[in-house]
Amino acid sequence: MTLITVQGLGVTYGANAVLRNVGLTVEPGEIVTIVGPNGSGKTSLLKAIIGATRPTAGRVTLKPGLRIGYVPQKLHIDPTLPITVERFLRLTDRVSRADCASALEAAGVPDLLKRQMSMLSGGQFQRVLLARALIKAPDVLLLDEATQGLDQSGSAAFYRQIETVRQETGCAILMISHELHVVMSASDRVICLNGHVCCEGTPAVVASAPEYRALFGTGTGGALALYRHEHDHNHDHDHDHDHSHSHEAAE
Amino acid sequence: MLDDFMIRATLAGIGVALAAAPLGCFVVWRRMAYFGDATAHAAILGVALSLTFEVSIFAGALAVALMMALAVTLLSRRGHAMDTLLGALSHSALAFGLVAVSFLSGVRIDLMAYLFGDILAVSRGDLAVIWGGAALVVALIGWRWSALLTATLNEELAYASRINPKREQLILTLALAITVAVAIKVVGVLLIAAMLIIPAAAARNLARTPESMALIAAAIGAASAVVGLRSAFVFDTPAGPTIVCVAATVFALFSLLGSRGQRAR
Repeated sequence: MTLITVQGLGVTYGANAVLRNVGLTVEPGEIVTIVGPNGSGKTSLLKAIIGATRPTAGRVTLKPGLRIGYVPQKLHIDPTLPITVERFLRLTDRVSRADCASALEAAGVPDLLKRQMSMLSGGQFQRVLLARALIKAPDVLLLDEATQGLDQSGSAAFYRQIETVRQETGCAILMISHELHVVMSASDRVICLNGHVCCEGTPAVVASAPEYRALFGTGTGGALALYRHEHDHNHDHDHDHDHSHSHEAAE
Repeated sequence: MLDDFMIRATLAGIGVALAAAPLGCFVVWRRMAYFGDATAHAAILGVALSLTFEVSIFAGALAVALMMALAVTLLSRRGHAMDTLLGALSHSALAFGLVAVSFLSGVRIDLMAYLFGDILAVSRGDLAVIWGGAALVVALIGWRWSALLTATLNEELAYASRINPKREQLILTLALAITVAVAIKVVGVLLIAAMLIIPAAAARNLARTPESMALIAAAIGAASAVVGLRSAFVFDTPAGPTIVCVAATVFALFSLLGSRGQRAR
């Protein structure tokens, strides 16, 4: 049964129409990625799905009893608020310590249970957010630019973790990203958004679609080429030259 | 036992400290220190109005503090800069309150008692109001604790967990208004914010979880009330300000200890 159905969705802030007539579905177990330029309404779409933004048109239908694991774009914990990783994982749900430990394990950061959230590195923090989203065995994970602030190898590793999570738990994943070259390899379906759905399909189909190229440029052959380019360098090494240049150019 | 004014004063101080501690933690975490100020200053206007209309001062202060808190919340959602808004509303509420009091020619009113509190004059009835209000605030915050904490950390996270952060903000606002109304007699309008913030800020240096911070803040607040009242008695100083001075000293000490502990780690 379809987990999330969005039909004819419109979101307007004041006189500014952010989304118009957006439709999408998320089926069990699939990874759907939403790409789009800044201001294309990606975050508004996700907010409408979790109920943080009221749609001005259309509707969002969730499967009854759908368990959502949400990983926010960034989460600022005020330094005046002391909180351990364990307490953070138990924020809204009563879960056992064993569940906390196994969620951290699944997110690739075991042994952080007793640490203060404020002492974590950016990568560890994102994985703790992922662990919190995973803790109640969600049917679908929603990720809003979850790798902001991570470097390229950090975000690539994060998305590999997402794929592992899908393999192990079978949960569906709906994510937003601007890091097309990293994300596309992991996606079953890509939705290109710019106020409305420009094009949609497998990564290869979207990358060669004219609408997508109009948004993200064709100079370097689109994101798929970028992805391949990135793939050539997909070993962990330290170097100081910048091979994200073509990605920058494409944006 | 309640016949002794010192015992009544001590119990009143402890009651306010217990309500202020968990609430103060949220005030600190959400960076709304001046929100407490604004609500408290508005309470002076409430005092003047309740004397005019001859209703209970507690009710008047509560009503105006609540209206102030709601006004700030609504205006801030319309995009006014928070610090400007609070600066404007907080001080104008105080000014309007002071002017309104001056119109009360028929009644003699000791304004100092409301600005700085008069904890030594706490009656049995006041004590009942203070402890009743404190119990209500602690129950309210305790009931909504996880939801408030989630909404404080991140609004979207709250929505995704089926929590409405706007409702939680309203609950916090309500609790703040009750605390201000209850605490007017004890520390007065000008020092209420101090009782909210200083114990919570001092507790931050020792706490590892939000819950322990609230408990430590309650202990610091209650101890400050007891030690402060005793010192005020011994040194013949004004009681409300002395309580705040003790809390401030604890804050300074813990901050030094905390920063030293951080370096050792």
